[in-house]
Amino acid sequence: MDSNGPIDYLPIAITVLVAGGFVVTTMFVSNILGPKRKGKIKLDTFECGIESQGNARIPFSIKYFLAAILFVLFDVEVIFLYPWAVDFRKLGMDGFWEMISYMGVILIGFFYILKKGALKWDTD
Amino acid sequence: MTLSLFIIYKAVLVILVFLISLVIAMYSTYAERKVAAFMQDRIGPNRAGPFGLLQPVADGVKMFMKEEIIPQVSNKFLFILGPSVAMFTSCITGAVIPWGTSLHIAGHDFALQVTDINIGILYVMAVTSIGVYGIMIGGWASNNKYSLLGALRASSQMISYEVAMGLAIIALVMTTGTLSLKGIAAAQTGWHWNIVYQPLGFLIFIICAFAETNRTPFDLPESDSELIGGYHTEYSSMKLGFYLFAEYINMFISSAIMSTLYFGGYNMPFIGRLGLSPNTMAILGVVFLFAKIFFFIFFFMWVRWTIPRFRFDQLMNLGWKILIPLSIFNMAITGFIILVLHK
Amino acid sequence: MTVYLFIILGVFAILSALMVVFTKNPIHSILYLVLTFFAIAGEYVLLNAQFLAIVNIIVYAGAIMVLFLFVVMLLNLNKETEPHKSILRQLIAVIAAGILLIVLVGSLKGADTMTIKPFAQNTGYIENLGQVLFKDFLLPFEVSAILFLAAMVGAVMLGKKDIK
Repeated sequence: MDSNGPIDYLPIAITVLVAGGFVVTTMFVSNILGPKRKGKIKLDTFECGIESQGNARIPFSIKYFLAAILFVLFDVEVIFLYPWAVDFRKLGMDGFWEMISYMGVILIGFFYILKKGALKWDTD
Repeated sequence: MTLSLFIIYKAVLVILVFLISLVIAMYSTYAERKVAAFMQDRIGPNRAGPFGLLQPVADGVKMFMKEEIIPQVSNKFLFILGPSVAMFTSCITGAVIPWGTSLHIAGHDFALQVTDINIGILYVMAVTSIGVYGIMIGGWASNNKYSLLGALRASSQMISYEVAMGLAIIALVMTTGTLSLKGIAAAQTGWHWNIVYQPLGFLIFIICAFAETNRTPFDLPESDSELIGGYHTEYSSMKLGFYLFAEYINMFISSAIMSTLYFGGYNMPFIGRLGLSPNTMAILGVVFLFAKIFFFIFFFMWVRWTIPRFRFDQLMNLGWKILIPLSIFNMAITGFIILVLHK
Repeated sequence: MTVYLFIILGVFAILSALMVVFTKNPIHSILYLVLTFFAIAGEYVLLNAQFLAIVNIIVYAGAIMVLFLFVVMLLNLNKETEPHKSILRQLIAVIAAGILLIVLVGSLKGADTMTIKPFAQNTGYIENLGQVLFKDFLLPFEVSAILFLAAMVGAVMLGKKDIK
């Protein structure tokens, strides 16, 4: 079948069913097979072995968040490049210069980020 | 081919690919311990069966029989969801990899690939990006500070290296002109392996593959010396097994993708001159692909037992400040060469 | 067959979108939103817009939702559920959502008079998308680079207080 239509995605649906079925079954079976002896201390958070202080719902460094925002921006930008790369030969020299100017603007932003130290992790 | 035959054939192939990846992942754990033992001048596992060959089976049975401990303060549903997502995403990537050309039996062509979608690489990227949830949800639901730190590290590491990986793939797509993995593999006949045209791109890709699979030198999410067990500190029984197992399946799949994208996939130079029948060629192709995959799996292990771990700031600097500019440079050079030299 | 599948996926998308609003735990909301995006990606596949389907997963489910998850984890969530909002806030939310509904209905009212082009088998393919994007819509594409630049500056400004 050489259709390139939605039928190509049917095997992916089968894969999803097989993998999902495996995961659910294994979780269920291992839940039944294992012994169950609960205790207050046993069900405590292990953390590092000694009694834990407070819980882990704590705020963390904003740098992780900043990295995530920048990732979203760069990811969307990379997505734009895929159609361009596929048609690269057809678009020829014009397409090349279009992308140079596009990437130029992105690179200005990238150097701004580096200059402002937004991705500096070794200071606090 | 009728629709029912198509569905039956694909279902059989899906289950076959699934079982093969499970068995290879199982024996990768064994191989890892043997390789480590060899490099450290030890013997390694040798109790269960001859040469310890039944060790992975024993480990699997043990995982099933252990008690499940779900901490009282954790979020139960998310605690179970985390490892399930990790395992699920690593299992569904194999669907787009071309394991060989196709077998011609009884007037039908049976392609040795679950499905050839014309955006194959993007499917792999999409599944990789969903894989982040498994670690993040599991680490957060544990309600353990070390798990939270491990999960944060893992997710920011994976998303940072995804950008450079995407840019490396774009340079490759510029030379191939297609996103279909079958098309890319089929174009690399003889010595026209993509590694020859994209050496820098391959270097970037393999570094990113190490980071995406959380393997040493990028295994910060579970760096034992500072984070106990990282994001899976609180896990036990099969849920822990899923996290560990998912890592090995990911290693197998990324080895397969590296072989397909850069090392000719099922192609081997000079094999076309032997004048073998197409079916023999297809089977030989599968053998060659698996030989390449095993080499890469060995390479993953070799690196793990040779190179020490990065520090977190070094890891982020490498991803953002070196690999991203380098991959943009690689793109520009590739485009320039294609346009000027191959007009 | 395709039509039934389309309807099932549509119902699934709407149900999980409703669950995004009704569930109390913000993390569950995010996961339901991810499910919604998967259902929508499935609809794109049925419409033969394969590139859009995969972009929907990579960008929305794989990138933006990860960012949302970071935000929810960054907030101090010692309680499992959100605090209850006051009546005034609920009223404001209802009015804002109602206005959005009016705008959507108003903009879609004229949609049925548009001529529907015959469905081409390969409209959504990435090769054709590239041709359209880099020939016909070149200016919006280049302008989007400036949008990215603005977003980068904004992101750095937001996080700047903490950096130094």
